[in-house]
Amino acid sequence: MGSLLLAAGLLVLGGAAALAAGRNARWASFFGAGGALLGACVGIIPAVAVLAGRPVQPLRLAWGLPIGAFSLALDPLSAFFVVPILGLCALAAVYGTEYLKPYAPRRPLGACWFFFDLLAASMLIVVVARDSVLFLIAWEVMALASYFLVTFEDEKESVRQAGWTYLVATHLGTVFLLLFFMLLAREGGSTSLSAVPVLSARLASVAFALALIGFGTKAGFIPMHVWLPEAHPAAPSHVSAVMSGVMIKTGIYGLMRALTMLGAPPVWWGWCLVGVGAVSGILGVLFALAQHDLKRLLAYHSVENIGIIALGLGVGMLGRAHGLPLVAMLGFGGALLHVLNHALFKGLLFLGAGSVLHGAGTRDMEHLGGLLKRMPWTGTCFLIGAAAICGLPPLNGFVSEFLIYLAAFCAVVQGQAFGGAIVIAALALIGGLALACFTKAFGVVFLGEPRGEKAAQAHECGVAMRLSMAVLAAGCLFVGLFGPLVLSWSDGPVGQLAGLPPADFPDSWQTALMPLCSVSAGAAVLLGLLLLAAALRAWLQRGREIGRGLTWGCGYAAPSARMQYTASSFAQPITGLFSFFLRTRERAVDPEGYFPGPASYATETPDVFREGLYRPAFEGALKTALRLRWLQHGRIQLYVLYIALTLLVLLVWRLGCS
Amino acid sequence: MQLSALHLPLALLGAPLLPGVINRVKAFFAGRTGPSVLQPYLDLLKLLQKGAVYSRTTTWVFRAGPIVALASTTAALTLLPLGGLPALLAFPGDLVFFAYVLALGRFFTVAAALDTGSAFEGMGASREVWFAALSEPALLLGLAAMARQTGKLSLTSLYAALGPTVLLEPGGPALLLVAAALLIIFLAENSRIPFDDPNTHLELTMIHEVMVLDHGGPDFGLIQYAAALKMWVLGALASGLLLPVRTGRPWLDLLAGLCGLFAVALFTGVVESVMARLRLTRVSQLLAAAAAFSVLALMLVRSAPAVSEVPRVLSARISLRTAP
Repeated sequence: MGSLLLAAGLLVLGGAAALAAGRNARWASFFGAGGALLGACVGIIPAVAVLAGRPVQPLRLAWGLPIGAFSLALDPLSAFFVVPILGLCALAAVYGTEYLKPYAPRRPLGACWFFFDLLAASMLIVVVARDSVLFLIAWEVMALASYFLVTFEDEKESVRQAGWTYLVATHLGTVFLLLFFMLLAREGGSTSLSAVPVLSARLASVAFALALIGFGTKAGFIPMHVWLPEAHPAAPSHVSAVMSGVMIKTGIYGLMRALTMLGAPPVWWGWCLVGVGAVSGILGVLFALAQHDLKRLLAYHSVENIGIIALGLGVGMLGRAHGLPLVAMLGFGGALLHVLNHALFKGLLFLGAGSVLHGAGTRDMEHLGGLLKRMPWTGTCFLIGAAAICGLPPLNGFVSEFLIYLAAFCAVVQGQAFGGAIVIAALALIGGLALACFTKAFGVVFLGEPRGEKAAQAHECGVAMRLSMAVLAAGCLFVGLFGPLVLSWSDGPVGQLAGLPPADFPDSWQTALMPLCSVSAGAAVLLGLLLLAAALRAWLQRGREIGRGLTWGCGYAAPSARMQYTASSFAQPITGLFSFFLRTRERAVDPEGYFPGPASYATETPDVFREGLYRPAFEGALKTALRLRWLQHGRIQLYVLYIALTLLVLLVWRLGCS
Repeated sequence: MQLSALHLPLALLGAPLLPGVINRVKAFFAGRTGPSVLQPYLDLLKLLQKGAVYSRTTTWVFRAGPIVALASTTAALTLLPLGGLPALLAFPGDLVFFAYVLALGRFFTVAAALDTGSAFEGMGASREVWFAALSEPALLLGLAAMARQTGKLSLTSLYAALGPTVLLEPGGPALLLVAAALLIIFLAENSRIPFDDPNTHLELTMIHEVMVLDHGGPDFGLIQYAAALKMWVLGALASGLLLPVRTGRPWLDLLAGLCGLFAVALFTGVVESVMARLRLTRVSQLLAAAAAFSVLALMLVRSAPAVSEVPRVLSARISLRTAP
């Protein structure tokens, strides 16, 4: 436990040193990234030890505040989250040393590194805190640190707007968490998160709803997701990777922790999560399909993947509520593994998008193209991430989706056909649409001919950025091939979530993982067949004449990059089919007359929930606030009168009470 | 057991017969003599002996497309039972692996098409992912309906459990809906009429054929071959349900499986002869109908089969091979 505290200390220290280095970009990067690397190395050791089955003593330190306690513990569930948090933060820090260089002349990097390290440290504390006051403080530090990171390029109006949206959303979520923890503290008699309060069924359901909204805001469940597509694109790319890869997972952690504390779930909690997951997953990927901005597209995919995690949790809870331990184990196991997998591939994809932005200077897909030739490393890594996020074997995305599918199929076979069918239908639709979305993202950005001047002059990134991406890509392949190995470490958290007796649990978990061993075998067969097919092709082409020419265009000999299919046109059939949900706005100037002038066509897909739900709500709130404007007029005498009157009322109330 | 090893070479050798049969049937309906049933083999042989021309726009992704398409279809083949004949590899949930391994091939075919920078190929790629996004739920829900009826979770044991009397069992007739869905998926995924016309001469109207316009020589041969294998794979899914002959005698089962496959090819030829292509906007509706059939079947099949099955799954005696 001490080394975890040391890790957090190193992170904060590195950040502080970077802040002190201020405008000196080289030293700021050195201290900032060094602190993150060192902290991650120190902190990951106890987490791995816990997952390997060697428990670590909880820690309790002196605490200056009248309420709460400084109490930390590292159980398997926490440890399962600590590993991706520290791992991805370390890789993102390495990446950031190079990525931030072009910004150095314009702004001091010290502050950026300070907040980055602070974000890492606060995420670490969030997942190991065992006291609600400490948890909320760390939660708040996490929100503020990421806010300052989002508004890194604060000279842009859009970035300031995004930061503001994020700040409001995260605090609205925190309000619900405050209520949730207050409820727990009132019932349990202490703010400790280790002592499990026994709640009545009704109170437990209230607590569940509060946790779902509060943690769901951070995780990005629809309709609380509105901050995600704003904040992720605005932040520097390595920060986007951390935010999307692990920070939103603290919301999932919180939800899982709440589930372990609230006792056996009633059936409707499971239905609730299945519903939230299906809606978030399907709408998330649909919105992603309609985007032209590469990072915005990835942000919507985070909503989709959070939806998949919720589907896993939901089917797991249905299994638990109906007394089907196999369904529960597979569902929770799939959800947990997807947390790790999403950190791997979404981190990779955001780093890849950052590399595109770094090399080509734009993230508008309609101006990109042909980058695989100019950026072979980035392109190949992005391809691996894209295939992984579509859930294609032999990569990691498939393994976790397979577990959730298997849970759903078991549910269908064991008499819970309706819930299972919803999960299967949602996952299959999400899978098909994600494939459409990522063939679009990879194909339009990296394949074909460059659609603009910037893309034509793009350059590959340097060693630090390549290294981070390569490590994550290797991680995707590793989990894809050795899924059972990774999951055999996660028996602890799955047992906690499924509420199974620890005595006979590990055995049944190992048997539940048997199909996964076959998946690994299947993946190996697939790799072998790939090699065979490649060898066959090489053998067939041996000694043959290989020519180079133009792409076939029905005999047209001067094809230009503008004739290619664009991102919008590629997605149009699907976005058209689902236009009811998407509400895409079109602005078209048609060519007219015999000698048509310039014509144009543009589409934009704003977030339906932002436009239809939050904007009217906030405008209403503003209108109400404006009605009270007469209270504020700037006369100091009247303000003094307000204070006096308030004091008087309080005094009378106090006297009346006693 | 030995016969299950026979299925793979049989499929690898026999798959090009299916397009041959379809073409022959179409020729019959049109009153022509038509090419020989073996013509696809001759085409393949010719293609495999050629050189190749690559567009200067393309990268290694373009070259990887045919390789991945072939490997992924072959991998799907190893999971595929032919009627009552078990597959080489069977495990609970292999039906999901089956669907996603086919998706891997699609991903790379589409990426290879986008790599050429051609508007035609982009258009074909866009339509391919559109159809696939809708047919995937239909396929998996259909398989879920069969899993619910039989209580099995792997393709092999699932198809083995469908006996000749399956339609007479309670909930059995609902499987006809699954069969209809599987046939629609077969036509959509193999780019046949009414979804796509493999014989059209206009790049604008093609879907699958247009995605591979730029491939030539051995690459194109591998693509054609992989397409024939895919037809075998999806055809076996549909025919195994429509012709549930499970005699227990492997040779007879094998023969019945092959007959079923060629019946599906015959059916495709008839459909292509008597129907026109659907308008593109109607395609979504037909695929949605397939999904609706699957959902309906899932609701109608006999719920919670032989209860004795449940504790067997529960006690997690999931073996690597559930094949009999």
